[in-house]
Amino acid sequence: MKVLYFAWLKEKTGVSQEILDLPEDVTDVAGLVTWLKGRNEGFAAAFADKAVVRVAVNQEHVATDHAITNNDEVAFFPPVTGG
Amino acid sequence: MIRVQEDDFDPGRELEQLSAGNHAIGGVCSFIGLVRDFAGDGSISAMTLEHYPGMTEKQLEAIEKEAHARWPLDATLIIHRYGHLEPGERIVFVATASAHREAAFEACHFLIDWLKTKAPFWKKESSSDGEQWVEAKTSDDAATQRWNK
Repeated sequence: MKVLYFAWLKEKTGVSQEILDLPEDVTDVAGLVTWLKGRNEGFAAAFADKAVVRVAVNQEHVATDHAITNNDEVAFFPPVTGG
Repeated sequence: MIRVQEDDFDPGRELEQLSAGNHAIGGVCSFIGLVRDFAGDGSISAMTLEHYPGMTEKQLEAIEKEAHARWPLDATLIIHRYGHLEPGERIVFVATASAHREAAFEACHFLIDWLKTKAPFWKKESSSDGEQWVEAKTSDDAATQRWNK
């Protein structure tokens, strides 16, 4: 699975993108967030406040109960501020 | 048409091209977003716009398609810049062309409102206090909600 991080999520995690194998017991975005938070302090800090983290799966905005598989592209980012 | 680019653009030229050769167009409406030199009480010296290549184009195309489904439009154009920008510089351009003004005005307003809450761009402002990510405004969400009626 390809995972991307943008804006301050990239800064806090120290990662812009990575390829990872989805743990077998992770089936949705919320599960992935819980797993990522357990990696290290940077990830824990980045995902500390779920209310300010948005997610896209295969480049479409989704909610955290969205199902995911190893073939998906998942991106985490703050609420958008373009325009 | 949509374009995501680092370079500036020429609004006059873009508007001219939008309606060129189509004499069924009776009105063209446009919006240009500029970098302000202030945020709250502080002053801003520069801004960096980050985006999600791939998803940005996908979202802008979806927004444009939605506008064409809602209004009788002959042509639309969305240009959004990324990278380093300074106060006064153009960030975004939205233009709509239609036989009648009402569709052009409404679609232009709709496009900029939707773009602000759906297109994956993030602004980081530079000031004398350092750099700071801009927080999303609830007023932007409200502006998008208005079009859900």
